[in-house]
Amino acid sequence: MKLARLLPLIAACGMLAPMAGPIQPAQAAGNDQVVIANVGDESGVYSGLDGMGAVVADQMAIDDFGGKVLGKPIKLVHYDHRNDAGLANQETNEAIDRDHATLLVDYTNSATALSGENVAKAKHIVQIVTGGGTDAITNNPKYCNKYSFHYGYDVYALAHGTAATLTKEGGKKWYTVTANYAFGQALYDDVKAAVEANGGQVVGNDFVPLGTSDFSSFLLKAQGAKPDVLGLDNAGNDTVNAMKQINEFGLKKTMKVGVMLLFESDVHALGPDYWAGSTVTIGGYWDLDAKSRAFAERFAKKYHGNMPTWSEFANYSAVFQYLEAVKRAGTADSDAVVKQLEGHKINDAFVHNGYIRPQDHLLIHDMYLAEVLPASQVKQPWAYFKIIKTIPGEQAFRPLSEVKCNLQ
Amino acid sequence: MLESLGGQIFNGLVSGAFYAMLSLGLAIIFGLLRIVNFAHGTMYMLGAFVAYIGAQSLGLNFWVALVASPIVVAIVGIVLERTLLSRLYKLDVLYNLLLTFGITLFIEDAMRLKFGMQGSPYVIPNQLEGVLNLGFMIYPTYRVFVIVASLVVCIATWLLIEKTSLGATLRAATENPGLVRAFGINVPALITGVFGFGCALAAFAGVLAAPVNNVAPLMGDDIIIPTFAVVVIGGMGSILGSIVTGFLVGVVVALGAFFYPPISGTLIYILMAFVLLVKPTGLFGTLEGSR
Repeated sequence: MKLARLLPLIAACGMLAPMAGPIQPAQAAGNDQVVIANVGDESGVYSGLDGMGAVVADQMAIDDFGGKVLGKPIKLVHYDHRNDAGLANQETNEAIDRDHATLLVDYTNSATALSGENVAKAKHIVQIVTGGGTDAITNNPKYCNKYSFHYGYDVYALAHGTAATLTKEGGKKWYTVTANYAFGQALYDDVKAAVEANGGQVVGNDFVPLGTSDFSSFLLKAQGAKPDVLGLDNAGNDTVNAMKQINEFGLKKTMKVGVMLLFESDVHALGPDYWAGSTVTIGGYWDLDAKSRAFAERFAKKYHGNMPTWSEFANYSAVFQYLEAVKRAGTADSDAVVKQLEGHKINDAFVHNGYIRPQDHLLIHDMYLAEVLPASQVKQPWAYFKIIKTIPGEQAFRPLSEVKCNLQ
Repeated sequence: MLESLGGQIFNGLVSGAFYAMLSLGLAIIFGLLRIVNFAHGTMYMLGAFVAYIGAQSLGLNFWVALVASPIVVAIVGIVLERTLLSRLYKLDVLYNLLLTFGITLFIEDAMRLKFGMQGSPYVIPNQLEGVLNLGFMIYPTYRVFVIVASLVVCIATWLLIEKTSLGATLRAATENPGLVRAFGINVPALITGVFGFGCALAAFAGVLAAPVNNVAPLMGDDIIIPTFAVVVIGGMGSILGSIVTGFLVGVVVALGAFFYPPISGTLIYILMAFVLLVKPTGLFGTLEGSR
């Protein structure tokens, strides 16, 4: 075979190479156990902020619950969706048909969350999205359904927390760099709305592919637009790479950087000084109180000494609350469990003053406006945030009057 | 507008600098060994990690890493060539391609287990911090350094191969290894050396990349695929061609990203498809080289 012919083939195969991940062993399961399936990004751009840490958190929730519910053992299976919506769909089907999962959880990456949501809707299996941020999950009648829940945060809460605050503080002229897929697009819309509602203006935006490592082109464009605030509508490694290059180009001297979604792992990856002073909106925090710290310390022992990101923390809470609902329902049957979850008030290590809004299945709870501390003020590794303000759930999330779904 | 266009061209030269160094190494290894070294991106990643680990545990600075890391990675490459690759030379080239692909997966997963996915920070050396006023625009000093360092290394390599007697021996061994051996030259040792040198080039690029991107186990994947596309665009068989194509593709892609951002990830493959349609041997390739 001639190599000249072979090379394009290699280049093509190479694009698929990151998909060559570990293969899950076949799971034998029946109705004699309760199966929870975590579908998340275990190898890609979001695996640092959620990934295997979320699987560890899920397992801790199961262990803390006693390993059994209604006398049946609880089993955890996990899938790596590799940020591929098609694969997430297929894996969700597998989790239901082969593993007999009764709970689908995680779905970091909004595109995978929505494709999983379609399956949950068709097959009547409870899905709790903790990772994906798009508000379409609970606010787009095409997707929202009786079996899907959104837990932790959504783009509306991020935009109305961070973008609104920065605009009110005087950052009227915005330029944004947006990850070009479901999450980024939804976030961009909400950021734009929040900026404009507070008298600001988005003068330019670039939609950039997910997983971009070189942001220099977009940063130079932003620099040319001379905005007050450069908004980053992305997450995970994308945000980390962008921030590193923002520092390199010295953009912080002339503009503020609005980081729309930030996790402890992102700060950890670059070191806090790169982020210091950034105002961010978070859904929970391991270093908030004694209860959350106790969880974090147990988590760190199981996960290479890392404290949980607030996304991993949300996983723990979601799985635990699901198991509680199964117990209250006396069955793992989806319809009965949904009835137990709807309207249920939640207060645990992660969720404060929370309840699941029955009309759209969004978890309404306290969000926090936080500031990233400089390295000199970080008292222990991973304690990167200082909470400035608690945003009560009713203010943090989209008011019911504006919600486009009504499941009741 | 003109200033930001100038900035985009420089951004393109920076990514082109990495493409050039990597495709040059691939071209040299392919020229002599007829191996399509899929593990090249892994060597790049290891180069960055050696610099990172050196800084963390031994306190080595960037300049030491720039020399030490290619040497360490060259040794890794030499060991791989001696123990694994050399056993497959008699078989079809596909076998070594599969082997290097396997090595890539193995090393990447091992690094992931040890260092996690999100990577670790590596700071820009003090001397290269800040921005440089180039007269017509302002640009980060470190990025200018990357372009210059890459040009120096690429041209030095080209001179070594085209203008020295060692280079002449190498080229002769590529043409007719049997005859060169008859002159009393140890061809297997030459092959091992060339493979090590190719890996060292990749590692050098890796150290240069460490302060720009995070040092992460999959950083090699991000660059090796576009690099293969660059090799296809440039064509096999020309050392100078791979250098020029590297920089050229970098600039074209950066300009594309400027005018239409969503295309930035795919433009390089569109270029590849176009070149294959119009000139299947690549811009600088010869039929001879692709055999």
